[in-house]
Amino acid sequence: MKKLEQTIGFGLLRLCMAVVIFFLCAILFFIFTRGVKAISWQFLTQGPINSMTAGGVAPAIFGTLYLVLGALIFSVPLGLACAIYLCEYSPKGWIVNVLRISINNLAGVPSVVFGLFGLVVFVKYMKFGVSILSGSLTLGILALPIIISVAQEALMAVPQSLREASLAVGATKWYTIRRIVLPTALPGILTGVILSVGRIAGETAPILFTAAAFYIKGYPKSIMSQVMALPYHIYALMTEGTHPKEQTIIAYGCSLILVMLVLGVSTIAIIMRQKQRSSLHV
Amino acid sequence: MKRKEKIYEFGLMSLSFSALFFLGGIVIVLFKEAAPLFKHVKISQFLLGQSWYPTYDPPEFGILPLIMASVWVSLLALCVCVPLGLGSALYLNEVAGEKEKSFLKPMVEILAGIPSIVYGFFGMVILAPWLQNQFHLSVGLCLLTAGIILGVMATPTVCSIAEDALSYVPKAFREASYAVGANRWQTLIRVVIPAAGSGISTAIILGLSRALGETMTVLMVAGGAAVMPSSIFDPVRPMTAAIAAEMGEAPVGSLHHHSLFAIALALFIATFVFNIVAELIARRFRAKIGLSL
Amino acid sequence: MKKLLLSLMFVGLISAQARAEKIVVEGSTTVLPIAQKCAEVYMQNHSDADISVRGGGSGVGIASLLDGSCDIADSSRPIKDTELDKAVTNGKDIKAHIVAMDGIAVIVNTGNGISALTKQQLKDIYTGKIKNWKELGGEDRKIVVISRDTSSGTFEAFGELALDKAKVRPDALMAASNQQIVATIGRTLDAIGYVGLGYLTPEVKVLSINGVAASVDSVLSGKYLIGRPLFMYTNGAPQGLVKDFLDFVKGSEGQKIVIEEGFVVLK
Repeated sequence: MKKLEQTIGFGLLRLCMAVVIFFLCAILFFIFTRGVKAISWQFLTQGPINSMTAGGVAPAIFGTLYLVLGALIFSVPLGLACAIYLCEYSPKGWIVNVLRISINNLAGVPSVVFGLFGLVVFVKYMKFGVSILSGSLTLGILALPIIISVAQEALMAVPQSLREASLAVGATKWYTIRRIVLPTALPGILTGVILSVGRIAGETAPILFTAAAFYIKGYPKSIMSQVMALPYHIYALMTEGTHPKEQTIIAYGCSLILVMLVLGVSTIAIIMRQKQRSSLHV
Repeated sequence: MKRKEKIYEFGLMSLSFSALFFLGGIVIVLFKEAAPLFKHVKISQFLLGQSWYPTYDPPEFGILPLIMASVWVSLLALCVCVPLGLGSALYLNEVAGEKEKSFLKPMVEILAGIPSIVYGFFGMVILAPWLQNQFHLSVGLCLLTAGIILGVMATPTVCSIAEDALSYVPKAFREASYAVGANRWQTLIRVVIPAAGSGISTAIILGLSRALGETMTVLMVAGGAAVMPSSIFDPVRPMTAAIAAEMGEAPVGSLHHHSLFAIALALFIATFVFNIVAELIARRFRAKIGLSL
Repeated sequence: MKKLLLSLMFVGLISAQARAEKIVVEGSTTVLPIAQKCAEVYMQNHSDADISVRGGGSGVGIASLLDGSCDIADSSRPIKDTELDKAVTNGKDIKAHIVAMDGIAVIVNTGNGISALTKQQLKDIYTGKIKNWKELGGEDRKIVVISRDTSSGTFEAFGELALDKAKVRPDALMAASNQQIVATIGRTLDAIGYVGLGYLTPEVKVLSINGVAASVDSVLSGKYLIGRPLFMYTNGAPQGLVKDFLDFVKGSEGQKIVIEEGFVVLK
């Protein structure tokens, strides 16, 4: 009886896992098979033509890249500083609590609220207008908790013995961090940042009001210009587009690019993690 | 030398407080932009009114249909992500072998990494038409579709947090259970899951929080009718979708604009409360496991 | 150290402002296809022009115009008095330019027996007073009412011109776009909806309202009552690239694009 219970129980668990994998495969299957029809060299390198029914999405790809880059420029230094402070300086209890609560809550804020914040503060109040700058800053705030957590993980993986050895030979804490801990943690931090790229590139709501344009010709000329972006492009084509037949295919193509991006960064991260694991265990 | 160290420490500390600074900034902005609405509309009217007609003359700002839509969509999502997320977490933790784990875990991570817009797109072009045919609905964009897609989106969150929680349960617990003759399944059900209970609750709450805050997916898939749902096949308009969809037409400074910020404020408070609750439970969980070692 | 470098970088980037003439067009999603295609064709012929086009909604476009963050605001509705007041406060002098006309056609499934409604009947259907097709001489089937959500300019125009601003019944299906209405009507025997002229396809049937069916001619002649102008608003009399672009849109090439996109030209 006990054995039967276990078999059924484990069978159910296996079913749950299978359903999850099924969904993943279904999504990947549809996006791949329908999106690949849209992909061509032209798709990746040209702009939209013919009322957005043909041509490519290159401006959207570049727009996404600029926005992600901008977000990282903003969030990585800040996030790294915060992670270093929390990991290396073991501050007093109340500071740790306040910081941890802030970070966790910032991580939980709905993405549309970030968009509203960006709209009021960067677009209107600071008069940056709808631009790469506003979008990057908004995305950067959204990315901050992610960067902090990956940096923390990487820093905590550095063996304590390294720090102690450095301090034992008389180096200062700051020197230890700068010359010993950071370089050792760097691959881990890099992996984490790369992983977060996938997350940031796919965000739509924060850029809806702060950066995204439906159509621009060519590439953005300065950080004050509006940009096209892949996730926004999908949304705009599906809800504001006037030629659904062609535009659905384009939307599939954009989805495919985004999914490939996520797969790409995940793969890179996995490979880097394997390499780190082997190097740290030497 | 010592002073320079102190400066560095202080510098890092100040930068760290940026997280608090931004969080505070968001709160301030939400309150400031939402407040003007409440000069014209009572809070109870806002939260409990059933008519959301912000562009009419005179406008009505009752968001109960929006709240109910968010609640229902999230509950449906829970019905999907709790069994799937917990089930997979248990599977990964207890049943799967090392080799299986090494490719299953990355797959779950990939599911987590797929952007919400792609989920929304998938829901709109694949799932909704399929549901429409299966159930002979007039339109497939409804509560059910949104709930399913959100559930799948939240599953990796629930799965990874639950799996973490399960892995923290001390081996001693399991071994004690085997020692008195229980098999793996009974140990799992009667010892491991209760021990990881707080961690699992955290996973569920955070999954719920994720579902509640999701915007693009529900915008594309939930249907858009600002009306109290009477069946799972009704199109609905969750709070996040209302904000994203209507921000475009709300003239800045108008009551409509302020009402959208008020919705955002309500959303923020809800997710904030959930996160605090999850934090408290997680703390108790850590204490429980720590003490019993 | 890192912080210093960053700030220098930001300053550098900010000062690298575009020096070519650039304008921002923003606003109504109904006007968007016209604006986008015109911008595309114009930039093909004038390579140093830089026009960026966004949707967002009529309200957002006008708001941006009022605070100076866009140059042309597309709008599928006339500017509101409250917005005009704000313009005065901000020192903006808003000029309206009508670039096209749009008709909103009322459509049903091709299998539906009804071909004509009066305005009052249309209003009663949408407000929920008439709930069944049999009340109009059709079969005994419930009417499935489809509308656009409240952020749509098309909805606002329909609400004002066809419904006299009455409230749409709360359980009307809200479609996100014109296409979606067409697709749903094509699949649903009992549905009724409204779309811009440009979205009509043979899969749906156009009803005549008060005896007049929506078409380019009936909108142009003013006979069809659910017709509305589409605007591009500017701050003050247009100059430079703004003027050139507007002239293009109102000129023969732009109006050709208007027809291609399914709207009605000015004449």
